[in-house]
Amino acid sequence: MSNWFEIVLIIALILLSFSIVLVFIRIVLGPSLPDRVISFDLIGTITIGMIAIYSIITGVESYMDAAIILSLVMFLGAIAFAYYMKKKH
Amino acid sequence: MIEIISAIVIILGVLFVVIGAVGLLRLPDFYIRISAITKAATVGVACIMIGVALNYNEISIAIKAFAVVLFLLITSPIAAHIIGRAAYDGGVPLWKKTEVNEYEEYKKKRENSDDPKDSDSKNSEG
Repeated sequence: MSNWFEIVLIIALILLSFSIVLVFIRIVLGPSLPDRVISFDLIGTITIGMIAIYSIITGVESYMDAAIILSLVMFLGAIAFAYYMKKKH
Repeated sequence: MIEIISAIVIILGVLFVVIGAVGLLRLPDFYIRISAITKAATVGVACIMIGVALNYNEISIAIKAFAVVLFLLITSPIAAHIIGRAAYDGGVPLWKKTEVNEYEEYKKKRENSDDPKDSDSKNSEG
């Protein structure tokens, strides 16, 4: 892996971390519970991208399996929150 | 050569994700926010996965990346739909400039019709 490519990947990780900070501001502000739920969902989606880029930087292919599992578990979390919101009222 | 294409696609995907995060922070209403993040973040992660698959240049990694994109494309609209519906039923307010509200008309039409088949489907969905 050439040097400039590693720098590009690290810049991509920094931008993704910055967007996690933006989403976290929405979690703190969020006027309602569904706002916080979809923010949580977006953090999971961003984490999938970060895991994939990190797997290129380190060269460990097994991290892609973690990305697959995360993309499935995130959906279950969102559905469980929606079920809970429906039950509440 | 493959690294240049991979870097361009990954940066494109990252920019989509950042745009989605800014949209989540700046847009005025829950329902507009959910549309922003569902589309932008899914496209962003799909681009990142294409870049990763190009960079590894192996069929097994490409299948894994394709699986991630497929799961996201299936699950993310369903989750957005269900959370949006639960939020509307729970009384999350619309933006004051929203004009079209077809779900409200749909709910009214459903309550007015006394068809037993309709009410049955209403119970099973609720």
